Amino acid sequence: MGSMARYRDDPRALERLIEADRVHRDVYTDPEVFQLEMERLWARTWIYVGHSSQVPSAGDFITVDIAAKPVIMVRQTDGSIRVLMNRCAHKGTKVVSDLAGNAGKVFRCPYHAWTYRTDGSLINIPQKEGYEGTRLQAQGLPVVKNVETYRGFVFVRLSEQGMSFRDYFGDSLSSIDNLADRSPEGELELTGGCLRYLHNCNWKMFVENLNDTMHPMIAHAGSAGIAKKLWEGKPANVPKPMAIEQFVPFVSDYKFFDDMGVRVYPHGHSFSGVNFSIHSAYSSIPEYEAAMKRAYGEERAKKILGTVRHNTVYYPSLTIKGAIQSIRVARPLAADKTVLESYTLRLKGAPDALLERTVTYNRLINSPMSVVGHDDLHCYRAIQEGLAAEGNDWVNLQRDFKDGEAGEFNANGTSDVSMRNQFRAWREFMCS
Amino acid sequence: MSARPTIADIVRFVKHEARLLDEKRFEEWYELFTDDAHYWVPAVHGQTDPKLQNSLAYEDKLLLRLRIERLKSPLAYSQKPASRCLHVLQEPEIEKADADAGEYLTRTPFIYTETKADESQRYAATAWHTLVWVQDRLRIRLKRVDILNCDAMLPSIQLFL
Repeated sequence: MGSMARYRDDPRALERLIEADRVHRDVYTDPEVFQLEMERLWARTWIYVGHSSQVPSAGDFITVDIAAKPVIMVRQTDGSIRVLMNRCAHKGTKVVSDLAGNAGKVFRCPYHAWTYRTDGSLINIPQKEGYEGTRLQAQGLPVVKNVETYRGFVFVRLSEQGMSFRDYFGDSLSSIDNLADRSPEGELELTGGCLRYLHNCNWKMFVENLNDTMHPMIAHAGSAGIAKKLWEGKPANVPKPMAIEQFVPFVSDYKFFDDMGVRVYPHGHSFSGVNFSIHSAYSSIPEYEAAMKRAYGEERAKKILGTVRHNTVYYPSLTIKGAIQSIRVARPLAADKTVLESYTLRLKGAPDALLERTVTYNRLINSPMSVVGHDDLHCYRAIQEGLAAEGNDWVNLQRDFKDGEAGEFNANGTSDVSMRNQFRAWREFMCS
Repeated sequence: MSARPTIADIVRFVKHEARLLDEKRFEEWYELFTDDAHYWVPAVHGQTDPKLQNSLAYEDKLLLRLRIERLKSPLAYSQKPASRCLHVLQEPEIEKADADAGEYLTRTPFIYTETKADESQRYAATAWHTLVWVQDRLRIRLKRVDILNCDAMLPSIQLFL
């Protein structure tokens, strides 16, 4: 690998990969760029870890990898949530291997039984007298200092220096608000397990695709398009199965997606569905709507349920669908390997019919056995392979490009503006 | 066939079902299912609820029809080149038999291979067939497939286990 350190030691070379309306293929394929993304973009920005409802009681934990680093998210005895590095102070052993569980009062390393409180502090080392006179310090599990919980969504910034949570996400948090407000109690519970879909492509292909509204009518013609054909000619009074209701809007026409609109925010965030979305025409669930009116009053309930956003991207790790209460989390593994975790959320105080709709959607769209997922992943992988070709080093982001794009604004739905916006953030965090 | 299926009939039926998938005789396969049937692939071990918990697949006949039409469609680009599969079955065992009601449950451990071009995936799994005897025929009311590592991160699985 004679090309290693081509980018690490030359910030100008990294900057040259990103132009206002196109990006160089190396951002998707180069292992060194991927490594730098983990160290810079994924360490300096706010990354989603998990939802507070996954750790309801003291000692409850989940384990995940953030920017390729193993961490534990654990509920404290005082009710707060901490994020710790999953690494014994002794030999470096991962202290916890389960994906979720309850630690009781201590984490105990499986190798030599060094033990830690759930706040990460060291309690005990067996035969400790052996360390007398050495320079051993009572070092615990490293604590991630910058942790924020917003309506149950727990984020970390691994880097000690950097932008505050509020400055980073700004008004894009309105999508999380809308998701949580859809509960008559204003609270969410992550439930129903997780679908873990291995993608043999770069993480950005997935994140960019979320607000790419020029692909559904093409890429999903062989899945959602078939659902539409199967239902064609059915009389209007025959109740639509949930699967038909969820699949068919994917193959709406260009005008539909263009009129949906897209909104971008500083630091890479965006959502499509400013005006309406593919989730707008779902049949109503009267019991739920009544509960919302009771909780919020008629006007406010109408406003919450009338905000029907498509995908919101909390760049770079979290994507949410408030209107259908499912979230997808990108966990990059290598330049050409990403795992997507898809979760379902229960709206507290809402009837089970809502959760059933969410679970149906998640299974139909986000499962490794999803036909829509097969369509998308096929295209991402085809990009990963196609970028090896010679004769064109650039990936095009020019659709509806206007010079001087910046800040927070709306655009027509089929614009590439959300992708350009993501790469502005990429450049901001990678090259500074 | 006799008025009630014999053990040999049931075993032959389960083997035939897998063969139809391996030979991509999807129209014949579809006809094995009752109108209210489901094909279920849970996402966690011991899953009991297909509706409020995430599954890899939980398909009624409409969704099975959609998959079959997709596999025939030139617009399904993820099937270029087309996938192939092979089920290698252990002898099906009859777990429950209620001859009066005409209901049977079979358990069939199997090794499943799905290939596409240079890629190959292999799973160890157990198929549970809930069979019903209707109009002198065996039909499937539920086919549940428990993949041993159903909760692992999985790539696209495009055919039927």
